[in-house]
Amino acid sequence: MTLAISARGLTKHFGEVKALNGIDIDVEQGTVVGLLGPNGSGKTTTVRILSTLLQSDAGSATVGGFEVGTQPDQVRNVIGLTGQYAAVDEYLTGRENLELFGRLFHLSKADAKTRAAELLERFDLTDAADRSIKGYSGGMRRRLDLAASLIGRPQVLFLDEPTTGLDPRSRQGMWEVIESLVADGTTVLLTTQYLEEADQLASRIIVLDHGNVIAQGTADELKNQVGGDRIELVVTNAADSQRAADVLAKFGSGPAQVDAEARKVLLPVAGGSNAIIDVIRSLDEHGIAIADIALRRPTLDDVFLSLTGRSAEDESVAGPPARGRRGRRGGN
Amino acid sequence: MSTQTRPAMGWFVADTLAVTRRHILKITRVPESLFFSLIQPVMFVLLFAFVFGGAINVGEGGARAYREYLIPGIFAQTVMFAVAGITVGITTDASKGIMDRFRSLPMHPGAVLAGHTLASLVQNILVLFVLSVTGFAVGWRIHGSFADAALAYFVLALFAYAVTWIGAWVGLHMPNPEVASTAGLAWLFPLTFASNIFTPIATMPGWLQPIALWNPVSCIALSARKLFGNPLPQMGNSFPETHTVPLTIAYAFILIGIFAPLAVRAFKTRNSASRA
Repeated sequence: MTLAISARGLTKHFGEVKALNGIDIDVEQGTVVGLLGPNGSGKTTTVRILSTLLQSDAGSATVGGFEVGTQPDQVRNVIGLTGQYAAVDEYLTGRENLELFGRLFHLSKADAKTRAAELLERFDLTDAADRSIKGYSGGMRRRLDLAASLIGRPQVLFLDEPTTGLDPRSRQGMWEVIESLVADGTTVLLTTQYLEEADQLASRIIVLDHGNVIAQGTADELKNQVGGDRIELVVTNAADSQRAADVLAKFGSGPAQVDAEARKVLLPVAGGSNAIIDVIRSLDEHGIAIADIALRRPTLDDVFLSLTGRSAEDESVAGPPARGRRGRRGGN
Repeated sequence: MSTQTRPAMGWFVADTLAVTRRHILKITRVPESLFFSLIQPVMFVLLFAFVFGGAINVGEGGARAYREYLIPGIFAQTVMFAVAGITVGITTDASKGIMDRFRSLPMHPGAVLAGHTLASLVQNILVLFVLSVTGFAVGWRIHGSFADAALAYFVLALFAYAVTWIGAWVGLHMPNPEVASTAGLAWLFPLTFASNIFTPIATMPGWLQPIALWNPVSCIALSARKLFGNPLPQMGNSFPETHTVPLTIAYAFILIGIFAPLAVRAFKTRNSASRA
């Protein structure tokens, strides 16, 4: 196993604000690791330290085998960075931007031109290549920004909230592009506050909260921490709820929970969608009428909630979580 | 495709020129910004030449003499206000993340600012040219030798270059372009107005006179007046009045010597807590 990124005890304080409290991060070469956490959890600070923009107060890190603190130039030779803003010059054309960054990456004039043309083609920007960025849509700007970070064929790519602020279609487009990069063998460290995005793109997820790593693993491992799939059903007659739980016990991977008042039965299952067929058939045989049934997989939001007691999408500074959210999930 | 190898100094030059090209391209794409950087000095020329000019007495020659006195003052003012564009430009780059992109590239750390200041110099030379034409139209003339006139333009361009480094340094400390365009430029006003650009220093209160005399802005204007052969009313024989040109050049180099390293250091260590 070769580590493309390895950080130990990274610490960064901004005055009184403890942005990072000594975190460890390992990213294996050729994989995508997602840094997941709410605003202010330390994601961006981590990326800024690893991409040499910020000095850590304590701890050390290597990227592509080079020390971030003492060999920043070597690190910059092997990384690409896409931040939260499309960091391109508005008044230049897409091609001029890419050629500028190519030259600053110390490609020869001819190489910078060729590379810019390649990237414009790859990111579907050839038609807009000679127009100034001012006329680009948000999605096009982000694609150009990502293209700019790939100018030097980086071994390690940092993507800081690459899809924040994009509409769902552009986001889907970005995901496809990122997936194709990974297929080429690029190592990616991605930050996101979208659970779905981490789930979709990252092979491993590191959950950050208030500058600490609070969990890590694959999306499935994290979801398993809160339990596997559950069948959630609502019986038509309140009197049937206990009977339904008894009848279904044999299909469960754990004890069923009954909420008679809400006419609800929650059954942990191992078989996923196959289990739901058995359950419906069995309920039908016993003449138990149901109003609703669903197979529910734990989401990363459930993971975050179980780890921190609050939802990832709540602002970390907003105080106690909204009552509605907790109440709704209180029975889980 | 491979990255090229060159000695560090070679990269500094290559990177600087690449960044300069970016800013020059920008001037051609947004000619309005050049136009508005010209409007202010031209308006000042017209305002003082035709509105206030009659009320300010610089001795013999009346209004025409005042216009000849005024234009070098406007040159000095323009050279100082050249700082506005780069201050706001640098803060804008920083707030849009372009600065971070530059900093994550393996380029020479001094090149971003060197390129930006060099492009500003090109723009300022253009502004000085347009201003000279405007001055000529209202009656300003160069009476000195060609060599003196060339030296005058050199001093003006050098000073314009020096103050852009102050602008670069200030711009790196401003939280956003709005603040940069107000608070970031506030220091300019007392400096330019407590000077001889519009009125002779002898007309000012006694406590202000030494400040105005040593003020670099006065030195720029006086250098230009001397070298262009324009009126020098109510001159004394203080050091800044007798050694104006070398003092002005020394000021320019001192400013570059202080602010260029400060700005490059601020660029390298820019730690932004607000974006964390």
